[in-house]
Amino acid sequence: MSAERDAGVVGDLSHLPDTAIGPRNLIWWGTLGFMLIEGVAFLLAAGVYLYLRGQAGPWPPSSPPPDLAWGTAFTVLLLLSEIPNRWIDRRARAHDARAVRIGLVVMAVLGVALMVLRAFEFAHLNVRWDHDAYGSATWMLLFLHTVHVLTDLGDTIVLGACLFTRRIDPSHFADVDDNAGYWSFVVLSWLPIYALVYWGPRLL
Amino acid sequence: MSPRTERLARTWSDPPGLRGFLTTVDHKRIAARYIVVTMALLALDGLVAVDMRLQLAFPGLQRLHAQGFNEAFSLHGSGMMFLVSVPVMEAMAIWLVPLMLGQRNMAFPRLNAFSFWMYLGGVLMIWVPHIANVTPDLGWFEYAPLSGPAYSPGHRADVWAQMITFTEVAALAASVNTFVTIMRLRPPGMTLARMPLFLWAMLITSLMTIFALPAVMLVTSMLIADRLVATHFFDVAAGGDVILFQHLFWFFGHPEVYIIFIPALGFVAAIVETFCRRPTFGYVPIVLSLVAIGVLAFGLWVHHMFATGLPRLGNSLYTAASLVIAIPAGLQIFCYIATIWSGRPRFRTPLMWVVAFIVTFVIGGLSGLMTASAPLDLQLTDTYFVVAHLHYVLIGGALFPLFGAFVYWYPKATGRLMSEAWGKVSFWLIVGGFNLGFFPMHLLGLMGMPRRIYTYPPETGWGPLNIVATAGAAIAALGAAIFVANALLSLRRGAVAGADPWGGSTLEWSTASPPPPHNFDYTPLVKDRTPLWTGGQPQLDGLALDRRELLLTTPVEALPDYRQRSPGPSVWPLLTALAVGAMFVGSIFTPWALVLGALPVGAAVTGWFWPKRRES
Repeated sequence: MSAERDAGVVGDLSHLPDTAIGPRNLIWWGTLGFMLIEGVAFLLAAGVYLYLRGQAGPWPPSSPPPDLAWGTAFTVLLLLSEIPNRWIDRRARAHDARAVRIGLVVMAVLGVALMVLRAFEFAHLNVRWDHDAYGSATWMLLFLHTVHVLTDLGDTIVLGACLFTRRIDPSHFADVDDNAGYWSFVVLSWLPIYALVYWGPRLL
Repeated sequence: MSPRTERLARTWSDPPGLRGFLTTVDHKRIAARYIVVTMALLALDGLVAVDMRLQLAFPGLQRLHAQGFNEAFSLHGSGMMFLVSVPVMEAMAIWLVPLMLGQRNMAFPRLNAFSFWMYLGGVLMIWVPHIANVTPDLGWFEYAPLSGPAYSPGHRADVWAQMITFTEVAALAASVNTFVTIMRLRPPGMTLARMPLFLWAMLITSLMTIFALPAVMLVTSMLIADRLVATHFFDVAAGGDVILFQHLFWFFGHPEVYIIFIPALGFVAAIVETFCRRPTFGYVPIVLSLVAIGVLAFGLWVHHMFATGLPRLGNSLYTAASLVIAIPAGLQIFCYIATIWSGRPRFRTPLMWVVAFIVTFVIGGLSGLMTASAPLDLQLTDTYFVVAHLHYVLIGGALFPLFGAFVYWYPKATGRLMSEAWGKVSFWLIVGGFNLGFFPMHLLGLMGMPRRIYTYPPETGWGPLNIVATAGAAIAALGAAIFVANALLSLRRGAVAGADPWGGSTLEWSTASPPPPHNFDYTPLVKDRTPLWTGGQPQLDGLALDRRELLLTTPVEALPDYRQRSPGPSVWPLLTALAVGAMFVGSIFTPWALVLGALPVGAAVTGWFWPKRRES
């Protein structure tokens, strides 16, 4: 103990917990940083769309607007997915291993279903990316968002595989919480993109 | 070495040899690599500049032809901006931030390693094609439509665009890491209001990077898409717009200047404090002006585009905004002068670099005020006046403080001091040569000499000032060679430094030089802004000795929160960078690279995040 006194030790940190969840958790802050980056990219991509619209005459210049059905179906399912997503987040914070495992399966299935709808969305945009700048901007918005859906779907599947094959410890609950937070970002960022891609050609 | 130090050092050491080299997550080692590579490129891109100066020394020279000259200024500009200035500031942060925080590593050690490997990928992305004679040749911004598929067949423009992607991924990873490290890894008691100014500077820089860099990634991705899959973002005939390219580029490009400059202000604040033996004058105004610069920097980009024919109101607005940023920038300068004035300055090499910074940056700032004015800018744009201005701001405003910082922290990193005498010789040669080289360019610009010309006829009368500028460049290059030699020779021959050779005020000076793998034996407890000057150095115990653990504190008050497991050496960051790099390189040739390349990337990221057996 005398060595510690010599070093001027005035307190002890070993009583502190060794995990945390939500905004206290380190990973939450990292995810926040990446959501900021991606959020800025979405905003700029939306800016590109609006800028090009400002330069054009009629909008869309020479193609029918995208069909509403698939995009709206995707939006409704995406919004509904927030219900199990928020539930899973609450169960993770309550350290409920069984509920979290079931929830991740549900989210993975929903993610796959959303990707199927997304494929139909691309097929019903009624414009190709190489038709004109309007087509390029529309495809860019949808492509950027699709990358995010895929990223979180991949994360959900890997996390699920991990939680089914080993004993769950508290840090895994923090990962589930983090994954759920990112999914909420994927949902929220879709709403302005949906408005632009589907209603922009009708209203702007 | 005490048994405690030994035990901690064992816990935080890398495996020996090549394995350790490839798997290290030690922030000091990663930062050292970053710094060595950026310095090597600074030398290389500097030599490219000397090559251009030789070409312009006399009228009518034909040694570098138009194509060679285009490649030279493209390599020089892109290299200096993307591969030297921004990464070297990040590297200094990666090395310094944990040490200033009394911490054992960054928040995300493997992300740190990934950032370096991606950066190295960016370096190879431009230099390997250069060796194969596929050098980008459209300047550092590669405006569309010149860079589009119609005017730039081949792969020179793709090489440039993908180099950007690599370096921006690296920079964004480093910035998120720095941001979270400063917000959550401060030692107990280091509230936001007690942070050293350098940490404020890096906090603001990392946020600026997060907001600015997506713009350049987006615009280069759009360019690649136009070239690869025939989108029409910049194709006017199909509803695209070429000015859009400039808007996106400069939305990034202008903040980028401040992303380089604000860390330099952090170096200046640290150096004046130590060498004037008093806390830096005006802590609160300096922090507020750093924030103001960070915000205003996003409202200025259009002043790079005055010549594109924008609406008149736009020109007036951006002229005003550009003039306004002189206020917080000027305020900082007055605070540093006040610190020197009211302190007891010791004019060692680091402080001399600060003085050179103040003088040079003020000159660059004043020529900036001139070019900020739209009517004057229309006369000066694309002339050597702008070349002079931007080098005064970037070299004077960022590199001079960087050289000072290099000399200042060199003993902490190596355990030895650089030679003062040779340091002063290199100082005078670089500062003198720089001014001799760049001041005449103001006059050349006013005489009408355009930028980016590879030669000029004698009757222009530009010859005499050009030979002066070339002589200046040669003198500065000699000074730089002495600086490098001094740094290399002092590794062995320099005076032994000890923990705190300069009498510094911040926590990094409380540990050994060079710091052990774990940086600090105990967690420091901070009670004011200059912990080492107020004495006592109270410390906290309780972090694990036999596994890697970091202390997390609350974001504002820095109260102890919890102990976070910190990952050890891992090969996954390297494998992930290789997979991502293969995808980027492949996507120059085929869009399918994005689809097929995503599979190895997914596999590598899964390996990265899959919990280790030991932990579960």
